[in-house]
Amino acid sequence: MFKSYWVKILIKGEIMGKISLEVNGRKVEKEASDNTLLSTFLREHLQLTGTHIGCDTSQCGACVVHVDGNSLKSCTALAADVNGSKVTTIEGLETNGKMHPMQEAFKKLHGLQCGFCTPGMVMSAVDLLQKNKKPSDTEIRDWLEGNICRCTGYQNIVSAVKEAATKM
Amino acid sequence: MASLVGSRVERKEDKRFLTGKGRYTADINLANQTYAIFVRSPHARASIKKLNIDKALKSSGVVSILTGKEIADDKIGGLIAGWAIRSEDGTEMKCPGNPPLAKDNVNFVGDPVAVVIAESLAEAKEAAEKVEVDYKVLKAVTSTADAMNGDTIHEGIDKNLCFDWLLGDRQKVKEAFDKADKVISIDIINNRLIPNAMEPRACVADYNAASEEITLYTTSQNPHLSRLIMSAFGNVAPEHKLRVVAPDVGGGFGSKINVYNEDIVCSWAAKKINRAIKWVAERSESFLTDIHGRDHVTHAELAVTKDGKFLGFKNETIANLGAYARVFGTVTPTYLFGPCATGVYEIPAAYTNVKAVYTNTAPVDAYRGAGRPEATYTIERLVEKASMELGIDKTELRIKNFPTAFPFKQTLVHTVDSGDYVAGMEKAKQMADYKGFDARRKESEAKGKLRGIGVTSYFEACGIAPSAAVMSLGCGVGLWESAEVRFNPTGQVTVYTGSHSHGQSHQTTFAQIAADELGVPIENIDIVHGDTDKGTFGMGTYGSRSLAVGGIAIVNACKKIVEKGKRVTAKMLEANPEDVEFKDGEFIVSKSNKKKTIGEVAFACYLPGVRDEMKSPLPEGDEPGLKETSFYDPSNFSFPAGTHIAEVEIDPETGHVKLEKYTACDDFGRIINPMVVEGQVHGGLAQGIGQALYENAEYDETGQLMTGSYMDYTMPRADNFPEFNIGYTCTHATTNPLGVKGCGEAGAIAAPPTVMNAVIDALGGQEVTMPATAEKVWKACKNLKKSNAKAA
Ligand code: FES
Ligand code: FES
Repeated sequence: MFKSYWVKILIKGEIMGKISLEVNGRKVEKEASDNTLLSTFLREHLQLTGTHIGCDTSQCGACVVHVDGNSLKSCTALAADVNGSKVTTIEGLETNGKMHPMQEAFKKLHGLQCGFCTPGMVMSAVDLLQKNKKPSDTEIRDWLEGNICRCTGYQNIVSAVKEAATKM
Repeated sequence: MASLVGSRVERKEDKRFLTGKGRYTADINLANQTYAIFVRSPHARASIKKLNIDKALKSSGVVSILTGKEIADDKIGGLIAGWAIRSEDGTEMKCPGNPPLAKDNVNFVGDPVAVVIAESLAEAKEAAEKVEVDYKVLKAVTSTADAMNGDTIHEGIDKNLCFDWLLGDRQKVKEAFDKADKVISIDIINNRLIPNAMEPRACVADYNAASEEITLYTTSQNPHLSRLIMSAFGNVAPEHKLRVVAPDVGGGFGSKINVYNEDIVCSWAAKKINRAIKWVAERSESFLTDIHGRDHVTHAELAVTKDGKFLGFKNETIANLGAYARVFGTVTPTYLFGPCATGVYEIPAAYTNVKAVYTNTAPVDAYRGAGRPEATYTIERLVEKASMELGIDKTELRIKNFPTAFPFKQTLVHTVDSGDYVAGMEKAKQMADYKGFDARRKESEAKGKLRGIGVTSYFEACGIAPSAAVMSLGCGVGLWESAEVRFNPTGQVTVYTGSHSHGQSHQTTFAQIAADELGVPIENIDIVHGDTDKGTFGMGTYGSRSLAVGGIAIVNACKKIVEKGKRVTAKMLEANPEDVEFKDGEFIVSKSNKKKTIGEVAFACYLPGVRDEMKSPLPEGDEPGLKETSFYDPSNFSFPAGTHIAEVEIDPETGHVKLEKYTACDDFGRIINPMVVEGQVHGGLAQGIGQALYENAEYDETGQLMTGSYMDYTMPRADNFPEFNIGYTCTHATTNPLGVKGCGEAGAIAAPPTVMNAVIDALGGQEVTMPATAEKVWKACKNLKKSNAKAA
């Protein structure tokens, strides 16, 4: 009986629930099945497609968002798990139409090419600077170890994070 | 007006990517869309005895289930090889049919047998589980080296051999080897790789019953080419009823050149069910079904004199095509490989022989560099070995065999128009502090570490390609590129290109070119690509061709605009067209110094006629409007070249290889945007170093992919690299008006041998295969200890 309950929730997603979040400063409330990943909820239910899905094993980091201020791979959490939280996605990083210093730095130093890893990369990097205001190259590279980029070879991303650190 | 070409212009595309407004295929949702899940073979080789969809059809939300039978009944064509290669004995290559949904046989794990279309993704997944396929499992062929001895995979294709191809002259090579003082030989495996663009493949197909038009949004590097193939070979719809859109595409690296099964099936099925269908690959599907790269087994020999002159070269390679021959599958191990096999050296006699074999693995096709990394790896490993065996410094030995004059008629095919290989080598040595290496090696040794230095000098043939040349070599299409430059009446410019950006920065670099040519501010120029409904036909992006071919088409179209502008100005200012000059956006009559801006001229072109002040500005014979098209077909390939130097430090206790320094000195000809070029070099290096140290695709003997996720396939991460030290020499290409050569693939071509030469140098010349993992290197370190002990 216990097992069939989990089958229902996790595999079939038959149990619907109300998800209430504050996303990018806006309160949202949507019905979603209890097995809905946060990444799916953002992309499919809220049409916030800036959060990308690059893998199915939680290893690429394309889906990183902030939940209550901390970076999180949104494919590793159920939307229901973070119910009631404040979520910031790449779409919420600008203030009054002005890009965040991290976004500016990525642009200035060519920290992106195809742009697919970029939202996750930027969100991770912003969190790094919240926790470590002046990271060294090694600290930046270690922190970003969970974000794969196939295009840039990472060098300009590291430079961009350093540049942003001088502006934040 | 300052020239934009040559400056670090920030990218126009960045803002949308940085703010989450990119529009990738998976971001597209159409009204009333359905979701597709493909049922795939779990076996590497099997015949399909029975396929039962009855249970699945009853599953909730199912709209339709289609199989290989329906696709065959509808005469939908299969996937194709784009180049016809002839064997040494004159026979045509042998290609099996490759239906988009397998009907009778499956030939690799992931080969699709049915598509389930449902109202929701979850329902499609659930129903797909209920499709029952009864397979008769057959013995799989998975090893590249032994494929010719395995069971016959495709009926009628003996020894699993697609072709046995020769480039060069065996007899001449034999004579050269007879004269040699020494023959250096090497056995090499070029490890199989998985491209892994970060955006998984996806497509959304839509059918408009009113216009009878299919629209396919897909992750493609070449939407026009995809449409052509789907129409001409796939029989999906005539070209004018098929629109292919490749919106923002998250990296390609060759893996998104091909038309894939899913593109054809979804387009065809959307029409059948008269609804939109969305399919997005999960990463595990990408691992199984995206094309893979490399996978060569090679024996090569170099004949040398004792003072280090190269006399002859032979290369015997077995290339794995995987289960089927795809678009660039057959050209990659032949014409993209063989001609570059002799590297940057004058070698009087050479041949390359390639046996291309089928195996029960995912199709192998063009992956960044395509053929040229394999060629460069072989010759550069061999030259490094020669330097060890001859006791000649590795840089001196290379210089000794560099061509001294350009154009350089390379041994096998190419005539290289321009370059200066010695200058590149000298600059690289300086940048890398080559002289100081011995001191650094001693420092490492004092810490109990091993240190090695590796060098590679490479050239590559890119900017593919002159149509006459490639078609005579078996290519099914010409590889020109198109551009259309449209002036709006109010002076902004839209440039349509047939090439495609999936990270390469066309929106910026192409706008820089047009801005300079037309004297229009870059903000007023838009580059449009990626949609067969917008702009003329084009061949797409691969083989570092966007700038060297596509960019030149833009230049030429702009030149036509300027020519017309001169005629119109002459008419407006009552002068001779020959007296009108164009500079920085202004047409100036040299005699009177009267002028018109290009904006005024454009406006006039759209408002011909006479009214008040306005006189018809159009000279006789000129039509209204200001729009020009160019189809540019290059006269030759372009030939970037360079020297890279790597230094590694190995911890013999753990076998861990640390890449300490990496220096790249490249000659890409004229550089349009140094920032973008730098990014291309970094990215290529990361992939090349990835091949040397981390990445490897591996199948077990039953044909199961052992490296099918990011847990098993080692993707290079930020903490795997040192800061790259990059620089340039610059000799302009003489074969195109911009003098550009192409930079997208250089890093992936040069880095594997550079890093491996350094690793093997540190290991005292012991061969290890790529990737040089800690385990392999640790073993080699143990051997080294043993042999050192013996010697002492
Ligand atoms: S999609 Fe979340 S880590 Fe890859
Ligand atoms: S920019 Fe393409 S994956 Fe990072």
